[in-house]
Amino acid sequence: MAHEDDPLEHERASWKPSPGLAVAVSDPVQPPALPPHRERMTDKDPVAMKHAVRTVYTLFYLSVAASIWAIAAYMLFPIESGAIVDIRNNNLFIGLGIGLALLAIGIAAIHWSKAIMSDKEFIEPRHATRGRDTTRAAAVQAFSDANDDSGFGRRILIRNSMIAAVVASLAPAVVLFRGLAPEGENPVELLETTMWTEGMRLAHDPEGTPIRAADVTLGSAVHVIPQSLAELDHADGYLEAKAKAIVLLMRLLPEDLNETPEKADWSYDGIVAYSKVCTHVGCPVALYEQQTHHLLCPCHQSQFDVANGAAVIFGPAARPLPQLPITIDDEGYLIARSGFTEPVGPSFWERH
Amino acid sequence: MSTATAPADTPDAEKRDKPLGGRFIGATANYIDERTSLSGFVKELGRKIFPDHWSFMLGEIALWSFVVVLLSGTFLTFFFQASMVPTHYTGAFLPMRGVEMSAALDSSLMISFDLRGGLLVRQIHHWAALVFVAGIGVHMLRIFFTGAFRKPRELNWVIGFVLFVLAMGEGFTGYSLPDDLLSGNGLRIIDGMVKGIPVVGTWISFLLFGGEFPGTAIVGRLYTLHILLLPAILVGLLVVHLMLMVINKHTQFAGPGRTNSNVVGYPMMPVYMSKMGGFLFITFGVIVLIASLFTINPIWNYGPYDPSPVSAGTQPDWYIGFADGALRLVPPGWEFVFLDRTWSFNILVPLVGLGLFIVIVAIYPFIEAWITGDKREHHIAQRPRNAATRTAIGAGGVTFYAVLWAAASSDIIATHFYLTMEGVIHTLQALLVVGPIIAYFVTKRICIALQKKDREIALHGYESGRIVRLPGGEYIEVHQPVDEYERWKLVDNDTYEPLVVRPNAKGRIPWHEKLRAVASKSLFEDRLSPLTQSEIDAAVAHQHHELEHIATEEDLELQGAHERAGVPDAPHVPIFDGHNSETAVRPSNVIIAEDDAPKKGKKPKAD
Amino acid sequence: MARETKRRSNGRRSPWAAAALIGIGLLITGGVYAGASAAMASSTDTSVASALTVEDGKKLFQANCATCHGLDLQGSTTGPSLYGVGELAVEFQVGTGRMPLQASAPQAPQKPVQFTEEQILAMASYVQSMAPGPTFPDEEVIDGEGDVARGAELFRVNCAMCHNVAAAGGALTEGKYAPALGKTSALHMYAAMVTGPQNMPVFNDLTLTPEDKRDIISSLLFLQQNESPGGFSLGSLGPVSEGLFIWIFGIGGLIALTVWITAKSN
Repeated sequence: MAHEDDPLEHERASWKPSPGLAVAVSDPVQPPALPPHRERMTDKDPVAMKHAVRTVYTLFYLSVAASIWAIAAYMLFPIESGAIVDIRNNNLFIGLGIGLALLAIGIAAIHWSKAIMSDKEFIEPRHATRGRDTTRAAAVQAFSDANDDSGFGRRILIRNSMIAAVVASLAPAVVLFRGLAPEGENPVELLETTMWTEGMRLAHDPEGTPIRAADVTLGSAVHVIPQSLAELDHADGYLEAKAKAIVLLMRLLPEDLNETPEKADWSYDGIVAYSKVCTHVGCPVALYEQQTHHLLCPCHQSQFDVANGAAVIFGPAARPLPQLPITIDDEGYLIARSGFTEPVGPSFWERH
Repeated sequence: MSTATAPADTPDAEKRDKPLGGRFIGATANYIDERTSLSGFVKELGRKIFPDHWSFMLGEIALWSFVVVLLSGTFLTFFFQASMVPTHYTGAFLPMRGVEMSAALDSSLMISFDLRGGLLVRQIHHWAALVFVAGIGVHMLRIFFTGAFRKPRELNWVIGFVLFVLAMGEGFTGYSLPDDLLSGNGLRIIDGMVKGIPVVGTWISFLLFGGEFPGTAIVGRLYTLHILLLPAILVGLLVVHLMLMVINKHTQFAGPGRTNSNVVGYPMMPVYMSKMGGFLFITFGVIVLIASLFTINPIWNYGPYDPSPVSAGTQPDWYIGFADGALRLVPPGWEFVFLDRTWSFNILVPLVGLGLFIVIVAIYPFIEAWITGDKREHHIAQRPRNAATRTAIGAGGVTFYAVLWAAASSDIIATHFYLTMEGVIHTLQALLVVGPIIAYFVTKRICIALQKKDREIALHGYESGRIVRLPGGEYIEVHQPVDEYERWKLVDNDTYEPLVVRPNAKGRIPWHEKLRAVASKSLFEDRLSPLTQSEIDAAVAHQHHELEHIATEEDLELQGAHERAGVPDAPHVPIFDGHNSETAVRPSNVIIAEDDAPKKGKKPKAD
Repeated sequence: MARETKRRSNGRRSPWAAAALIGIGLLITGGVYAGASAAMASSTDTSVASALTVEDGKKLFQANCATCHGLDLQGSTTGPSLYGVGELAVEFQVGTGRMPLQASAPQAPQKPVQFTEEQILAMASYVQSMAPGPTFPDEEVIDGEGDVARGAELFRVNCAMCHNVAAAGGALTEGKYAPALGKTSALHMYAAMVTGPQNMPVFNDLTLTPEDKRDIISSLLFLQQNESPGGFSLGSLGPVSEGLFIWIFGIGGLIALTVWITAKSN
């Protein structure tokens, strides 16, 4: 117990901490005293001490040299040429200089403290953390006096109304943070719509060139965006729209596709289009295996079976990928029949 | 016992003819003291004693790597632009030239390729961040396994735990700043997780990103968190953490001269100042060396964040791995629509599960204190084996964390060990449940076995490797007794016993007391009863008796051998003749036959 | 009293004798083997008198491939039909050692090439003659002089999800994988894109134009020819290898240093 040997124990007489479930030993083992000091080589042998001293100041001087080298390397290894090897050398040599300079200081300091400085062990008493009884009484008295002076304990109305006022004053500060997101936009509505509409041409990501059905050969996987997305500027919400509109286009043999009757006309001649946003937490699902028709998401390894409506066959996703209904226009370019019929991407509370 | 500060040892302290360190130093010290009371500070802390053990320096790994993070980070703030305004890269790196990207990535690439030493400082910063969180981790494990969180340090444990969470937050916000493909996908995952939170998720995501994902605000907001809010709270709590350590004084392992009421070690000035300062430079130096030799976070390969591309092997930094792994291990289909709302248990179960895990770790000291009911102060660090159940619980917790952490790299495990990712994930799912249980039981048994071994050594000595044949023909191994200092280290530990419930004043046993009894039973049922001084005295006497007995036997053997060899008066100890030492083949220089056939080429001769 | 040890003068073997004997034996055996194989190599006629013909290719095919792919390329239960795969696919599969397949596995792994370039071209032209398919590209497409930045962007969109942004490879389902591309030749990069080997999708010239392919190949060659600017790349696998490294060598080293710091001086 900290207070058993405490020289000030009498000042904490009111404190009797329970040992709880600790087993009380009637005849405890007696602790031995501090063992005698064992001399080090540097204590016994002046030559060893001199050697240690020499090591320490040599290391310190080496550190100086390394720092100078680091500065020299800064000047000797320019990177303005842009060549990768120049950048690599600059990184390497400045870094080695600084690193060795610091290490040398550290090793020298440690060697000094281990071998040269006195290694005599000292004993320092601990006092219990708990305040002395007199101190605690004084603290209680301070609060008591303050209570008498202010009437805080007696005056319930003042106390309660004060607490209410302080808590209420925080509320406007919290409300100010509504401004983090724009007014007039409903996040649920935004999540439920994408750029895809009826007649929108499917286009290559990122150029925006439209895609003919005939160009998509068996086993192809084409990364698709709506054609009008390519004309959108970064400053006008290009990435935000893209985050919902990305689509993966694949061609299978029509006999390999198992389609439900309602979605029979959502594909075109074995070409299917699925949202590329994973229904788990939103990474792009892009690893298409052309022989197994499996679509793998690299983030958490959800797997979707393209031949069976992109149903989940493995991994933490819970919903199949939404399918984009497609057909061709009169020039043979692939177009969307309509937008997505359900919100794309990860689930959210209001989704139903 | 001697005190650390002993002004009586320097009788002429007040009567120096020249001030210590010279007139200038003396005048400066006086100037400062007259304005700040510095001398009081120096008196209290200057020769403060700290105990010495390598495991006490693990917190310093965290502390010094944090200093490195701060210094390197400050340098970077002079060059980094935390803006998502689109621009085109025009710098030196060819595969990025002309590419449209945010100013954040552009400035990060400029730091890497167009600023001398810029790449070095970026790498120092990121490697140091990894070391920082890892340092906190090993420090926390040390505190846990040695019971250093017990009273009066429970609050410090909680503060330290909050520091751990803050450090992870700092790391996450930091690596998301360059707005590259890898960290951008990480933000996308966070957004997806947030959206899965019931009732408020959609709105939290909306507010966090300032509209739809990805928006143009997130990098700036993460920057504010990363360089202003989180570091300020971190530094503040760190100061409190260290102050509490100074007030409570450091724990120490059991040893001779060390009790629960003292600290034995070296003084702050000069030894610890030098060791801690030295370790700062060593940590800094090691991190800089790693940063000069090894690439980290090659944003030039990832390119700008775009929702369309993604890299195989998309993982967060190691300290977020346990959360990513938790997401990966959820089986398919854990979501349903009910009452027109989507309940995403594939996200909620990991979130709530990890939240519970974190909370349990944070409040563990209070749980243990409640079970043991021990209200005394504890300043002796326990050896993990002496707190078998706590160590076993810790092993279970570490296994749980490690399985989740491994799950984050399930795809890389699959490619590198030629396994299927499905096999890896299924195995880890099973291990997540079974692993901690097995770890608990195995660890507990190992700890108790080690306690028994310690007891064995304390009472019977350690096996010396010397085999002696007694006259009756039996072989025994001589056990050397340990000295009293070693013995004390093996023996000094608290033992707890299970609670015996008793009805209270109303004649009832409250449910929480029953729970406490069950918990204490599982914790303390398997234990070694404490040793008493008389048991030790008896054991020591027995050991010495044994050794004397063996020595007597040896003497008789040697005497017999000498008599048979015709040298009855020869001494019983080997004589060192300068170069022929005792060997197994030639055990004694004393008995050397005349004109023997040369053995091993040496021609021995009797003395 | 010290007694000097006398040198052995009685003809006993030195303990070094055994070691010397074994060493000499190894040297002789190794030397004979090396000399013999050098002689064998020099006697092998590596310079074929003339390029191999389609007929030679047919013979090679029937001897090495027909068991699985059928004598008329029609395929069998153990190998798919090769109608329309074209000479490019043959060059890719055989030139990277994937074919002939030696064991069943989730996918055909790359292994040491079993034929000379002439033999591969002969087999390729035979297959092409039986049923035409994708052919070799123009020199320009694989010259590596394309737009590296544009190629890198196309690589990230179309390829990185399987092969990793730094072409370090990645996992697919059920034990399959997309290999690392650090040692792949420009021709084989082109061939893989066009022929879509095994589960890799097909990238025909309308999905990725020849200019696109040239850019992608150029960006990959840039990665191959330039070391990482930051130092050793640790496999370019990202945070996993960085985390492993820092725990094993960073924390391991620092903890080793703490043990040194707190150990008592000698």
